[in-house]
Amino acid sequence: MATHVRAEAPPARPAWRSRLYRFDLKASPYAFIAPFFLCFAAFGLFPLIWTGWLSLHYVDLLKPDVMEWRGFGNYTRLWSNDQFWNALRNTFTIGVISTVPQLLTALGLAHLLNYRMRGRGFFRVAILAPYATSIAAATLVFVQLFNPDYGFINWMLGAVGIHPNWYSDTWPSQIAISTIVTWRWTGYNALIYLAAMQAVPKDLYEAASLDGANRWQQFTRITVPSIRPTILFTIIVSTIGATQLFGEPMLFGGGVGVSGGSAHQFQTLSLYLYELGWPSRQLGRASAVAWTMLLLLLLIGLAQFLITRYRKRNELGA
Amino acid sequence: MAATLSTPSARGAKHAEQDRPRGLFRRRAGDHDKAGPVAYVLLAIAAVVSLFPLYWTFVAASNTGERVAQSPPPMVPGGELWTNITTAWDQADMGKALLNSTIVAGCVSLSTVLFSTLAGFAFAKLRFRGRNALLTLVVATMTIPPQLSVIPLYRIVTKLEWGNQLQSVILPSLVAAFGVFFMRQFLSEALPFELIEAARVDGANSLRIIWHVVFPIARPAMAVLGMLVFVQSWNDFFWPFVVLTQQNPTVQVALSAIGGGSGHDINQAVIMTGALVGTLPLLLIFAVLGKHIVGGITSGAVKS
Repeated sequence: MATHVRAEAPPARPAWRSRLYRFDLKASPYAFIAPFFLCFAAFGLFPLIWTGWLSLHYVDLLKPDVMEWRGFGNYTRLWSNDQFWNALRNTFTIGVISTVPQLLTALGLAHLLNYRMRGRGFFRVAILAPYATSIAAATLVFVQLFNPDYGFINWMLGAVGIHPNWYSDTWPSQIAISTIVTWRWTGYNALIYLAAMQAVPKDLYEAASLDGANRWQQFTRITVPSIRPTILFTIIVSTIGATQLFGEPMLFGGGVGVSGGSAHQFQTLSLYLYELGWPSRQLGRASAVAWTMLLLLLLIGLAQFLITRYRKRNELGA
Repeated sequence: MAATLSTPSARGAKHAEQDRPRGLFRRRAGDHDKAGPVAYVLLAIAAVVSLFPLYWTFVAASNTGERVAQSPPPMVPGGELWTNITTAWDQADMGKALLNSTIVAGCVSLSTVLFSTLAGFAFAKLRFRGRNALLTLVVATMTIPPQLSVIPLYRIVTKLEWGNQLQSVILPSLVAAFGVFFMRQFLSEALPFELIEAARVDGANSLRIIWHVVFPIARPAMAVLGMLVFVQSWNDFFWPFVVLTQQNPTVQVALSAIGGGSGHDINQAVIMTGALVGTLPLLLIFAVLGKHIVGGITSGAVKS
């Protein structure tokens, strides 16, 4: 009996230590992830919900404590407003003409960079260099290069006899803005693709080239299918980036700024949000734009999810 | 030549091994990943397109405003760089802007790297309830645009009378979902479970494990993440533009003021000088550490 009791009660210190050990094991994972979630809650989630609440009110930037209930009034007013639809359309078109060429070029460059060659390191750093420039600096430079009177691009195009006005016409100005986005991000995406390509087993290519597949066939039949998850990832990230476009069109507009050109020809949703919230001082309406953006992103996300699922199912069925 | 190329022999190599094309177009098994002349030409074009705007910034910044506004535009550097730098320094407070950007980007990258490593380690190597759901949540937060929180954040900042102060730019960026994801990917592969087990057997608690096992192994990834976050934070535009003024700007906010009124009376060379001064610090970092940054991005840690 006595021996039994002694066995059940180990010395006090180890018991305390093992409880501490178990507590450490259980609690420390949460302690390690806590900073992220606390900061996100404070600076991401809480303001997000607050924005939703504000979007149901009339709020003046200068008297933010006076809130007048509007219900969905801000939203109905927004959705019947031409300038909103114009900004939405511009965000979409600029997004497409910047994202599609950007990712296709990046894919091609990554494929080239994946070859064994001299000066590989130089090429990689060179195409990543635009990533180091800021939106502000890059836009200021391209404003000069696109200048219709003395800019470098029109000086070159003048040789073939065309003089587009990159500021005032809708398509040229949107192409110009997309060029800035594409210039800054192509190299970065190319390196992400390159990372994925390097993980594709080399013997797949060896086998294919023995079977007589040329390089184009190897690219379309082996490389692209193998890195499909990475491609999807970059599509999602670029889409999110495109919906938020702000600095490029704002600085491209120069003095006109947030209106996005003399006829709003390149005003994006973010610019419209800023114009409503700050120059027009209507925080409630600006919040409605913000939540409409969230709604759009959710719709895009849902569409992408459905497309992937549909494709997967088709592949399984085939 | 064309006949050599189009012979069906390559395609039918399995049947007629000895018919494979010879000479210039002969392909050995080991040659399939070697770059041809076309690849060099295309990559050279890409490098020129990437670097030309940077070169031209320097050209414009070292010429006079009148020369920049002429057609054809200048193609070689001039001798006005110093004059333009002094003018840019007077027009916008570039010195203060550079200092502010360094402080902001420094604080943001230090804290992001620290917290991302902690969270990334937990998600990669520790077992706890709700781990997968929480990780999904982290990734999902990446999709939320900053525009959605700007208005309330602006109110908080003005209420605390933090308007125009650097902490209002630093605090909302202390963590980044991308960083957590990045470190998780890296540590999942680079840190063996046995090492953690061994440390535990030796009686180390979690904090000691972090300090003596995780940090040393994660150091290369932490360096890369630090640089990526530094670049991102240095180049951040929307929120600093909303909350800071020209009295206490970051580089980007100062640049937006220099380029703000691009009417004809404005000295274009000075604008380009501002762009040059704002970009040069990062380009210098890139020139020195470019290989490591590229290596970090391509090491696979960013893979989805």
